Amino acid sequence: MIEQPMMAKICDIQEESPCVKTFFFKLNLNFEPGQFVMVWIPLLDEKPFTISYIQKDLVGISVLKRGVFTNAIHSKKIGDMLGIRGPYGRGFSLKLDSNSCVVGGGIGMASLSILVDRLNFTSEGYRGNVTFIQGARTASALLYQKRFKDMKLCTDDGTVGFKGTTVDLLKDLLKKQRFQKVYACGPERMLYKVVELCREHSIECEVSLERYMKCGFGVCGQCDCSGQRVCIEGPVFNTEELSRMEDFGRITITKTGERVIHS
Amino acid sequence: MSEINLSVNLCGIQLTNPTILASGILGTTKALLKRVAENGAGAVTIKSISVESREGHKNPTVITFEAGMLNAVGYSNPGVDAAAREFTNLQDVGVPVIASVIGTQKEDFVRVVDGLSAQRFSAIEIPLSCPHTPGFGLLAGQGTPQATFDITSAVRKVTKLPIFVKLSPNIPEICTIAKAAEDAGADAITAVNSMGPGMIINIEAQKPILSFKVGGVTGDALRPIAVRCVYDLYKAIKIPIIGVGGISTGRHAIEMIMAGASAIGIGTGVYSRGIDVFRKICEEISLWMQENGFDSIKSMVGAAHD
Repeated sequence: MIEQPMMAKICDIQEESPCVKTFFFKLNLNFEPGQFVMVWIPLLDEKPFTISYIQKDLVGISVLKRGVFTNAIHSKKIGDMLGIRGPYGRGFSLKLDSNSCVVGGGIGMASLSILVDRLNFTSEGYRGNVTFIQGARTASALLYQKRFKDMKLCTDDGTVGFKGTTVDLLKDLLKKQRFQKVYACGPERMLYKVVELCREHSIECEVSLERYMKCGFGVCGQCDCSGQRVCIEGPVFNTEELSRMEDFGRITITKTGERVIHS
Repeated sequence: MSEINLSVNLCGIQLTNPTILASGILGTTKALLKRVAENGAGAVTIKSISVESREGHKNPTVITFEAGMLNAVGYSNPGVDAAAREFTNLQDVGVPVIASVIGTQKEDFVRVVDGLSAQRFSAIEIPLSCPHTPGFGLLAGQGTPQATFDITSAVRKVTKLPIFVKLSPNIPEICTIAKAAEDAGADAITAVNSMGPGMIINIEAQKPILSFKVGGVTGDALRPIAVRCVYDLYKAIKIPIIGVGGISTGRHAIEMIMAGASAIGIGTGVYSRGIDVFRKICEEISLWMQENGFDSIKSMVGAAHD
């Protein structure tokens, strides 16, 4: 393997919300749900993103506008190129043929969208059932509503769906039904609560963590979480692994490498 | 099968085997150091620490190519105060921990060594040889005999710990610089740092890939140069040498030891063979020693010399 970005031409752009756009590329990536790629703008920066669409020879990357780099991506037009390297990391391990719940908060939805595609469509004899929860600050920030028609929505301000957090909604659902597995991606404080809830209910659970990344292939030490390299051993970890990771839900690492309290 | 003894004594530090995690790889947190120790390293080195915190260069900072790795991380580190908080109770790591200390002037080296003095580091490494960070190493003129002597002397005055001076492979007079370090009281030479800088250009983007454009070259491409440096140094100085540069197998390690290294550093090998590269290399060294009738690392040091 050679860890270098290859340039890919943007062949389509789709607006998902006022702050999120999906950029499509004709690329054949051997990408598993939960993995990530590094996206490069020459001489500017490079950051990790998940693939949010896989359609025949097309892949899509959903980008939330939140800083200099993501603003620069948002200004790209069809025909412009971005550098992509990867995929990296260990993704979700799919438990087919079971009732599962997928919990997405904010842009964490991007990582889960192809997981849900996979859970819904891969195996022919599949008898499972997927409940998909999406949480956002407000109605306009919700993603993929046409793509996944029967999502259970919740918003912090109650503009659409359940007023409250994804964790509150999951707690409610668990009073009425049983899941064999829960998958989650979103802010770490949400993930922490999802993991706690699953532990209480003895439900298998996997969550995808986010850390500032540099190399993406396990040498720089930037994405450490209690001795685990989020880029290689993660970004997806299960309940049992997380129980040995004291930094989970508490400590993250800044660009300087300092371990600080997670905001 | 008789147990081969891989232990080495490096400047009074007892190591169970000669493999050392090189600075800049995985040394950001105590938890990762412990993990590397659990994967067989004889000692570990922290990522270099400066007086103030640094974010380093923008990404991409580390990429690979057919014969190794190219990096310009730019010495990101949390600064000495945060580092002193991170690296407490170092006995938990399980193997000796080496502090890598950097500065833009000799007073900075002294301040960082002072700031870390309450922690249980086993040695201080001072890299005077980074090829890609303005203000440090080669780009600050630290790779001359005079600067090396001055910085090493200054650090010598404030610590009783063994001092390892890490040198660049770029400089033809590496032996002169090593002697300057030896004269100033260094206890060992770490040879070598990354070479170059080098550059890799993405031809579709028509731009260098690294944000800093250039970076230090490590891995396979560096190994023959590192071996030659260690071979030359072995003849020129009396203090031990830690051989670093492109070691990813037991055979590479033995080659470096035969060139004159008493211990070996591993960095890029963590990428090419995984985090358990240390254990793998030790197993390969043991097997080779058994097959070839060597019973100690010491008996192989410098074996390639006339």
